[in-house]
Amino acid sequence: MADETRSGLDAVEEGPAASEDAESAASGAGTLAPEHPSVKALRARFGEAIHSHEVGCRGQHVVFVDAARSREILEWLRDDPDHHYQFLSDLTAVDYGGGRPLHVVYQLFSMTHHRSLRVKCVLPVTALEIDSVEPLWKTADWLEREVYDLFGIRFNGHPDLRRILMPENYAEGHPLRKDFPLRGRFSRAEQTRRALSQEVADFYIPEEMEIGRDPQVLGHEQDGDALPSGENA
Amino acid sequence: MGLTDKKLPGGGTSARSGGLFGAGGPTFLTTKLDFIVNWSRRNSLWPMPFGTACCAIEMMASAASNFDLARFGMERMSFSPRQADVLICAGRVPYKLAPVLRRIWDQMPQPKWSISMGACASSGGVFDNYSMVQGIDTIIPVDVYIPGCPPRPEALIYGLMMIQEKIKQESLAQHFDNRAEDPLSVGRPRSDDAEVEALTGPFGNSTRQNRVSGLVQTDRISRPEDRLP
Repeated sequence: MADETRSGLDAVEEGPAASEDAESAASGAGTLAPEHPSVKALRARFGEAIHSHEVGCRGQHVVFVDAARSREILEWLRDDPDHHYQFLSDLTAVDYGGGRPLHVVYQLFSMTHHRSLRVKCVLPVTALEIDSVEPLWKTADWLEREVYDLFGIRFNGHPDLRRILMPENYAEGHPLRKDFPLRGRFSRAEQTRRALSQEVADFYIPEEMEIGRDPQVLGHEQDGDALPSGENA
Repeated sequence: MGLTDKKLPGGGTSARSGGLFGAGGPTFLTTKLDFIVNWSRRNSLWPMPFGTACCAIEMMASAASNFDLARFGMERMSFSPRQADVLICAGRVPYKLAPVLRRIWDQMPQPKWSISMGACASSGGVFDNYSMVQGIDTIIPVDVYIPGCPPRPEALIYGLMMIQEKIKQESLAQHFDNRAEDPLSVGRPRSDDAEVEALTGPFGNSTRQNRVSGLVQTDRISRPEDRLP
């Protein structure tokens, strides 16, 4: 732990690590941090599906894996007792712009082994699809909705993939993509008109609307039934 | 004096003894209806706090003991629009929140006033982007704009005192003309399209000089498809 802290400070003193340049980052890996045990195990088990490995800022290990097998790899990382990454800290995406592929980022943490690992999948802009990890970590539900909302990446197998931050009737695309103009695609007048034409029902799925309307969902009806019987007794 | 000293036949004291100006004073006063109505309105303004960002912190400070809005008749923050007189929109309003703001304004009973507090509520501020309303005056009518980022509590109190000055100028004779609302305007933007474009156009110091507008070539990120039509 002390070694990790010291190496992290060294990385800061060296200035911004050239994380884009995999070679220079990897050359610093020998002094920054030891080989990551999970990466070694991943290479042994999945072979070709593990594309590359680099050490970024503060000794953060990043492993690039095959997007088509990401679900299988992440499930193994979660369940294998030697690794046991039971906590998905964050799930996000990065657009580097200029038609370059988007990266989907899984930030994993193992509370059992006190170890973290960043898994990245590379998706070409022409095929922004990847398997959902919502069945593995429930927290991925909203995180994947956010990535879908802001980057337009579709998560196959997600139970309820719809916008979460932008309005439901938003039709201008996915705002965090680099090809998205800062002020949006529509005129301000059109945006204002669309904003005020939103209906409350647009924000919620029917089940969520029912919670506000139907006392049965909240269990009030059972209370109502219990009262008369109590009076009789 | 002699009149008030006279005991009533029932033995009780005179009903007129406790007049407005003490014993012996008149029990009525003459004034203008406009004055008395405006006086009571402007000294019992209850604000509806619509706080969405750091301006709301300053609004809370204004209501707290140091600045104490209650001195000016803003006796309490009214968290229900039905009992509120003045809407204080403190903070940035994204388009997703615009229908909420409009609905709260529609729910407030007349007479009502509104304050746009801070740069973001008044003009979008530094958030000249795809998600932000560029000034709430495109959504609801605004009486007083308070500049600042965020404005100090003194500025908010000054804004509320300007509302009081405005109320002082009103007359009941024009009340219904001033305060009439078109039922069809409920839930709709205050401005028509041309006015929205005029109000939300980029200011000289914001998007005209950034790389997205394309007016100034800064670096390779400036791309033609990002330019405004």
